[in-house]
Amino acid sequence: MSRVPTPITLPRPPDNRRALRRRRAAESATAWTFVSPAVLIILGLSVVPIVWSLLLSFQADDLVTPSRWVGLDNYRALAQDPHFSQAVHNTLLYTGLYVPASMAVGLLLALALNRRIRFVGLYRTLFFVPFVVSSAAQGVLFSFILDPQFGAANAVLHYLGIPSQGFLNDPSQALPVLVAISLWSGTGFCMVIYLAALQDVPASLIEAARLDGAGRFRILRHVTLPTLRPVSVFLLLWQTIEALQTFDLVYVTTKGGPLGSTTVIVYFIWEQAFKNATAGYGAASAYVLAAALGLIGLILQITRRRLQGATA
Amino acid sequence: MTAVSAPAAAAQAAPTARPDTRRRRRRLPFSPWHLLLAPMALLFAVPLIWLVLSSVMSNAEINRFPPALWPSRLDLGGYRYVLGNAMFPRWFANSFLVSLVTVTANLVLGTLGGYAFARMRFAGSRLLLGLMLATMAIPFQLTMIPTFLVMKQLGLIDTLGALIVPSLVTPFSVFLLRQFFLSLPRELEEAAWIDGCSRLHVLWRIVLPLSRPALSTVAVLTFLSTWNDLTWPLIAINHDTRYTLQLGLTTFQGQHHTQWAAVMAGNVITVLPVLLAFLGAQKAFIQSITSTGLKG
Repeated sequence: MSRVPTPITLPRPPDNRRALRRRRAAESATAWTFVSPAVLIILGLSVVPIVWSLLLSFQADDLVTPSRWVGLDNYRALAQDPHFSQAVHNTLLYTGLYVPASMAVGLLLALALNRRIRFVGLYRTLFFVPFVVSSAAQGVLFSFILDPQFGAANAVLHYLGIPSQGFLNDPSQALPVLVAISLWSGTGFCMVIYLAALQDVPASLIEAARLDGAGRFRILRHVTLPTLRPVSVFLLLWQTIEALQTFDLVYVTTKGGPLGSTTVIVYFIWEQAFKNATAGYGAASAYVLAAALGLIGLILQITRRRLQGATA
Repeated sequence: MTAVSAPAAAAQAAPTARPDTRRRRRRLPFSPWHLLLAPMALLFAVPLIWLVLSSVMSNAEINRFPPALWPSRLDLGGYRYVLGNAMFPRWFANSFLVSLVTVTANLVLGTLGGYAFARMRFAGSRLLLGLMLATMAIPFQLTMIPTFLVMKQLGLIDTLGALIVPSLVTPFSVFLLRQFFLSLPRELEEAAWIDGCSRLHVLWRIVLPLSRPALSTVAVLTFLSTWNDLTWPLIAINHDTRYTLQLGLTTFQGQHHTQWAAVMAGNVITVLPVLLAFLGAQKAFIQSITSTGLKG
């Protein structure tokens, strides 16, 4: 292939402008055929439901009989519903425990694996594998392991001479146990993201710090961690959104119990809409959740912009 | 200030530090990091090991206190029950079908949409792109109740169609592929247009063969989220012949509380496809997740 393209001579069309316009129109038509399936499905199944959901939140609806307009009653009832405030409290507690722990352990594991030691590949696989296991399978597996009567966990405690625990059946233990299960599956994700980011930390930067006499700990504090800050903000956003939307694991293990100690917001929404047949009420609580998620997203986006501005 | 004093301190410490580390190395024949990593790895591996072990135990061994922690002999009763009496083969087929159609549709529709947004000029493209980007921020919980109602209107509730239609193409697939196509050099495609090839021909012959990494990312992440989903099947499906594996496993556990060996055998069947796919294509999996994560 030569660098200079050979000139192409095309038969000159009779009317250049009209031909160009026709070509544009043809391209536009092709483009629309390409995008229309995606556009129809994506916008159709997001715009319609969002509007519908908003309308529902002002109605009393049991998903079967015609609904009735109730104005802001659903929202007013939510504000006074002790079950909803318990769900909010549980969700915040779960998020507050899970997100920092998953990020801290993930970072620790990534730092440990970001060096030339043996079995690095094996370790990484073992830490990450639980991430691909579905929440349903995790829930079934751990309700077996943590079964108060026949579970392996209590068997191990028994051999160690420690009394049996209630785990998921104990109102004071259930939520922390759920956090622990989520850590088992979610830490690997943080580790993999941190590991990729650590490999992008310029080696010259670390070398320069070492030559300046910085010890291992100070390199970590003043060189490595600052370069990881954008990734940490991303993980904080991602893990928080995931945590606030937890449902599957709760449904499989505790169904919100015992005594409502693990009812999280999404479980509350599902229960209202599909179990208690109060879809309007469920839609209102979904809107409250969405507003909270939007707010968190916005705050973190602003933080991220500011960070990028600071590093640039 | 520290910058001035630190090198001096390091220079003083250096001669004494070196024999010290050598001595420590003699005491410990491996990197001290293993002391942290090995117990952690064990902690992460034990639940999965226990999953496999208990699936080949007999119920008698499991249902006593304290239960056995190691099978005395291989008992495939759980698997026989799950594959014979229960509907796991049916559920497996349902999950497989739903995942296959969803992944294929995402690849095809995501490619077409992503390519048009990346390379073609048409009225309204900017607006559409912005709208689709905005839909990525909408949480599923907000749309799940009306989506159920839409599917009901379409007569799809309680069919596999209800599981497939809402995820035929995700904004994520369109965007990921668009970003990738933008990164390809235009010249290759332009040469083909001049030769008179159609858009579709160019896309198929020139662009797609170069897009293997992006296509595999879309396939991996779509498969993972479709296969593992429980929430939507739980809402959209009532009859057990239409269950997916996740929904089937969950219901099966609720109904067979004491037959833990069978439940665990079903669990192994549910997890195994994803696990095998992951172990077989670990690099692609991890790259998919980190690439989207770091850019996201």
